[in-house]
Amino acid sequence: MAQPAEAIAVRGLRKEYGTPRGTVLALDDIDFTVGEGEFVAIVGPSGCGKSTLLKILAGLLPTTRGEVRLRNAPIDGPRRDIGVVFQSPVLFPWRTVLDNVLLPIDVQRLGREKNRSRALDLLALVGLSGFERRYPWELSGGMQQRVAITRSLIHNPAMLLMDEPFGALDAMTREGLNVELQRIWLAHRETVVFITHSIAEAVFLADRVLIMTPRPGRITEELPVPIPRPRPLDVMGAPEFGEIVRRIRAHFRSRGGIEG
Amino acid sequence: MRNALLRALLLVASLAAWEGAVRALRVPAFILPRPTEIGAALYRGAVSGIYLQHLWVTGAETLLGFALGSLVAFVVGTGIAASRRTEYFLYPYIVMFQSMPKVALAPLVVVWFGLGLTSKVVSAALIAFFPLLVNTIAGLRSADEDRIDLMRSLDATELQIFRMLRLPSALPFIMAGLEVAMVFSLVGAIVAEFVGAEAGLGMLIQSRNFSMDVAGEFAVLFILALMGLLLNMALVFARRRVLFWDPSQKAESNAASLKGGL
Repeated sequence: MAQPAEAIAVRGLRKEYGTPRGTVLALDDIDFTVGEGEFVAIVGPSGCGKSTLLKILAGLLPTTRGEVRLRNAPIDGPRRDIGVVFQSPVLFPWRTVLDNVLLPIDVQRLGREKNRSRALDLLALVGLSGFERRYPWELSGGMQQRVAITRSLIHNPAMLLMDEPFGALDAMTREGLNVELQRIWLAHRETVVFITHSIAEAVFLADRVLIMTPRPGRITEELPVPIPRPRPLDVMGAPEFGEIVRRIRAHFRSRGGIEG
Repeated sequence: MRNALLRALLLVASLAAWEGAVRALRVPAFILPRPTEIGAALYRGAVSGIYLQHLWVTGAETLLGFALGSLVAFVVGTGIAASRRTEYFLYPYIVMFQSMPKVALAPLVVVWFGLGLTSKVVSAALIAFFPLLVNTIAGLRSADEDRIDLMRSLDATELQIFRMLRLPSALPFIMAGLEVAMVFSLVGAIVAEFVGAEAGLGMLIQSRNFSMDVAGEFAVLFILALMGLLLNMALVFARRRVLFWDPSQKAESNAASLKGGL
């Protein structure tokens, strides 16, 4: 069987912060790879360094030691082929929905006219047809986050980084968007690194779940999720789903990460 | 609707009370003129065209001073916001200059720049400078960290971040600063006219004061109030157009608190 091509390779990654009271070790000894077109979730409690890891992957923070490669090229600064979605939508209120989606196109001068129809297609894919002339503040939180996802896809990135994108939404909206994200991903098959502190969300979305424990942030376990797609929401009640969730929880409990 | 009517009635009633009290108490016109006398003075000046002539002078001084002061403040503010080093070197001068009452510079400005338009424009610009400087710096530094991260992750240049993010984010602050700067410019122009001028509403006030034409003085004050109101309305209108996306209308409260300072 052929190995899937590696999209992301992280080896021996270590990140220290200098603070007035000394050096803080945020991430230590992180090793993982993500295959081309693979959806990987990193799950861990607050403060385990998930967001630091994501910022390093996005080229926003330098590493202290180790190496991060995207499609075999080192990430040592911002790259143009990465799409990022943050916990808050981070939209620009003075831009319309369409103009927000086209922001990466404007920044990277990829040609507005060429990408306009692509933007409209993507907006249709996330169910926002007819909203392109609206402003972000006219939309609900869930709709704003869908605009943010559309924006992260517009420049056809090699890798999508999502930092708890649904963390600020209510549970119902969140479930809906999980289903929708899966649908979008099945249509585009981007390589995704999805960070969350919800075990159920990680298992529902990912091909593989990496478990991160804090102080210092380390990836201490890795579990494949062999549940066939498309996964309906009901899959969360299935025994194999429950079994994976249980194993992840047990892992955290044994490490004192979270209370069971 | 009923409120508007009540407002008008209150205005008429207070003017009538003023008129009645001055007549009943026989207050001399050079202390407090009657509203009818002020009205007559307004009418005479309007017909003769004297107000329009001076209004034009003061208006030009105010607007030019506003433009000059705002432009310099925006450029210096951008420089300071962009680099901590610039801030470090300029900061002592700015603090000293800011603590000084700028109207106290007016006599010096008139000596340096003469009795004509230039000294009034410089004086207006000096006073207009600070509110916009402070707001420009605060505004440019107010850009949301996540939005900056987003721009960086897209490999945006610093110039793009400035143009697409920092400047729009600063606009609520800048518009508030401009509103204050406009009111301050008028103050600067009038003060410089007091010190020495050949024309303008401030000069007109002073000359009428010397000739004890207090009703005429009130008439000019009324025109000045009207002028300030119009200038402010123009900026409020501009702000609503520019900041249509800013639901917080933070600008309004900023402007109000700063204006109270003078």
